[in-house]
Amino acid sequence: MPEGKRPEENGSGISRRDFFKTSTAGAVSTALISKQGMAAPGEVTKFGPDPVKIKLIVNGKGRGLKVEPRVTLLDALRNELDVTGPKKVCDRATCGACTVLMDGKPVYACSILAIEAEGKQIVTAEGLGSPDKMHPIQKAFVENDAQQCGFCTPGFVVACQSFLEENPNPSVKDIEEGLGGNLCRCGTYKGIREAVLETAAKGGIDA
Amino acid sequence: MPEFNWPESDRRWRIGKHRTRVDGPDKSCGAAEFTYDVKLFGMLYARMLPCPHARARVISVDTSAAEAMKGVHAVRVIQGPGTEIKWAADDIVAVAAETEEIAGDAVNAIKVDYEVLEHFVFEEHLDKAPEVNPAQEQTTGEPAQAFSDAKAQSEGYYGCGVVSHACHESHGHVAHWTDEEHLTVFSSTQAVTGLVGQFSEALEIPAANVRIICQNMGGGFGSKFSADRWGIECARLARQTKRPVKLMLERGPELQIAGGRPSTFARVKTAVDADGNLTGWDSKSWGTGGPSGTGSPPLPYVFEVPNRKHQHSSVPANIGPSRAWRAPNHPQACFVTMTALEDMAATIEMDPLDFFLKNISLTGVRAESYAEELKLGAQMMGWKRKWKPRGQNGDGPVKRGLGLSLHTWGGRGHQSNCEVLIHPDGSAEARVASQDLGTGTRTVIATVLAETFGLRVRDVTVRIGDSRFPASGASGGSTTVGGVSSSTRRGAINALEILLQKVAPELGVAPEELEAVRGRIRVKASPNRYLTWKQATGQLGVNPISAAGSNPGPGKLIDSGVAGIQMADVSVDIETGITKINKMVAIQDCGLIIDMLTAKSQVYGALTMGISYALCEERIMDPVTGRLLNDDMEFYKLPGIGDIGDLIVHMMTGPGYDERGVIGLGEPPVISPGAAISNAVANAIGVRVPYLPLTPDRVLEALEKGGAA
Repeated sequence: MPEGKRPEENGSGISRRDFFKTSTAGAVSTALISKQGMAAPGEVTKFGPDPVKIKLIVNGKGRGLKVEPRVTLLDALRNELDVTGPKKVCDRATCGACTVLMDGKPVYACSILAIEAEGKQIVTAEGLGSPDKMHPIQKAFVENDAQQCGFCTPGFVVACQSFLEENPNPSVKDIEEGLGGNLCRCGTYKGIREAVLETAAKGGIDA
Repeated sequence: MPEFNWPESDRRWRIGKHRTRVDGPDKSCGAAEFTYDVKLFGMLYARMLPCPHARARVISVDTSAAEAMKGVHAVRVIQGPGTEIKWAADDIVAVAAETEEIAGDAVNAIKVDYEVLEHFVFEEHLDKAPEVNPAQEQTTGEPAQAFSDAKAQSEGYYGCGVVSHACHESHGHVAHWTDEEHLTVFSSTQAVTGLVGQFSEALEIPAANVRIICQNMGGGFGSKFSADRWGIECARLARQTKRPVKLMLERGPELQIAGGRPSTFARVKTAVDADGNLTGWDSKSWGTGGPSGTGSPPLPYVFEVPNRKHQHSSVPANIGPSRAWRAPNHPQACFVTMTALEDMAATIEMDPLDFFLKNISLTGVRAESYAEELKLGAQMMGWKRKWKPRGQNGDGPVKRGLGLSLHTWGGRGHQSNCEVLIHPDGSAEARVASQDLGTGTRTVIATVLAETFGLRVRDVTVRIGDSRFPASGASGGSTTVGGVSSSTRRGAINALEILLQKVAPELGVAPEELEAVRGRIRVKASPNRYLTWKQATGQLGVNPISAAGSNPGPGKLIDSGVAGIQMADVSVDIETGITKINKMVAIQDCGLIIDMLTAKSQVYGALTMGISYALCEERIMDPVTGRLLNDDMEFYKLPGIGDIGDLIVHMMTGPGYDERGVIGLGEPPVISPGAAISNAVANAIGVRVPYLPLTPDRVLEALEKGGAA
């Protein structure tokens, strides 16, 4: 707590992340994050509270932006860079609607600070394919109607891509365990299961 | 005047086939723009301060610190001093700021003093409720006589708590005043046409000056018909700041104030004669849907027991007001009825499948459909092979059981208007101020248009989601597919009629001797005499054909009233109380199906949502503070991809079904899962777990009390 200030009770209860976000109105101090990577022991790099300039590599393109250190990767993508495939739903690492790849690994963009993603390769559903040139898993989502309202879909698509990279020939049980980190309210799981199986059967994500 | 009907089955090239949704690629590639994604030049972000108390009076509101913050553009007190707040998380102040983060800081800097008042949030215990409003008792036949003559009676208590809509895209809007008198609102809504009047009335501008846009929306399930107070505040903030403003609810308030399904609790008695015919029903039910209580569920459900008595009490409680939740009141009524009937079947040691079939005539006009569906479902489930009486489901700790249920719904198409354009270059377009909730509205309109013109679905354009198009009803009560398919069909037939008249002379026949098939306008009697669609439309000159179609209208294109049955196969671990779905079978009719793929998706989705309210989700209220304890998605549980088991869906189509016309499908299949799963659990473990969701603690508690299994 940089300034030793307790955030005001806001009525709806304060989540750990709200608490963190509020407290960082002061500043973010961390020994782990720096523009150069790992800081030397004992050395503390201080960011903020004012906006800092960072560069994100999103879907292969370098994008410069200025954000407060407390801004999440999700909010930076959506509000600053207009990359709106990743959606904001739970905003606390439960539902997976914000799933993106960071250096090839699936992460919940709502629970990573934008400054943590500096210099890392970020890939969203838009980066996997476009309506004219869909990625095999996106095509399989369409063909198996693995989507209804479509709000969880871009996150699910990214999670499936990453899952298939790790599990090129998954069983249903693998799918149930490996894709448990994404939630859908319309109830498209059956279609998603079939889309993943079909993509694997047709030669996988590189087909 | 042309004839308005659906093509015969051998002349349906597009209708009824498995067609992928037309907006599927946009959605799976993250290219579909939702309200939450809209960003306009200079747009501000709004946040609201929620009330922390379930019931309180606002004493004072101090917004000075918030107003002084850099980046804050407007602070509006929504419910000021003197207002009585009747549920937690109700909105008190709205703030618009440069960024979401600053808006959050500003909200945190607002100080509100409340006088905290007594609250009531725990309606299951009726005797503790400060206010109970009993409705008139409804009696048919001679229930007292039926019970005294009964060969057997069964009694039970059943309840299901309040569940939230929990839309993935939270409720909200982006309001943009294009000038001082004209407002455009991007809304996450089920009612593009309907919101116009709500905004115009509240903001005192002509309805003609309001435009509502909703291209994609992330789930509604009945909770998004209103502009909502926060929508109006969003527009007021935009007017005040002269900047576009986006206000989307945060997850906590979304789960608390933006929709809930009323709870229902019931004590039920049933009676049968010596042959197992249902003769008597007696129920007392109660529930809440917020400060105004709730209406009565239709009890008994579907089965019109000849001698019956029902009384419902409405219990006001300090929780966010309920909203229509997919098939309002039916899931609760179905749960209470089908569980009570299954308990009766167990009492008289009868297979519930036989018991339901024996009494099927009590279901009225759809009795034959139910019987057919039950027999088909039994085959698909392997019911007769797998079903065992209660308490005979093995010696190990994991018990397997089967359960069933049935349901009904209306689903008549709503009022809808469609403008159909045929352009001289051959492109064709339908315009409807409807909305696609993910149900496939766009795909349905495209399919009907393509079918009528003999074109491919990809050759036609569908424009919806804009109130400047012809007015169409709200998407609620499974009314959209009937409404838009029939208005589009009529509009397309009218447009085609004009085109046929135009080209008939060239083909040397009367217009009625022509047909539009496979990209051609051809002579029915000699198909080799034709113009290609483009040759035909090329004769239009510079202006397109514009024709209108409406519902209601001439010809029988729609109907209402469906029957559906569902069966569940579950495994229950009696040591942990955990229930797993092995398999569910859903058999459903809905008249003529326009697109089989998205229709089936509705049923798969409904089964999944049903599994959710049967096993996972509920609002957990803290009786002390009156607040929702699980106001996030970590603890407001939805099922995951591993929780649904094997889902089998069969749609009743063909003679006897198709000729009824189109009937809505969104609601019916979500009605039965709770009852079917509860019945399967009772069958598995030998005792009734009286409450949904069937969480492990409740299963263990029921086992302890019941002592069976």
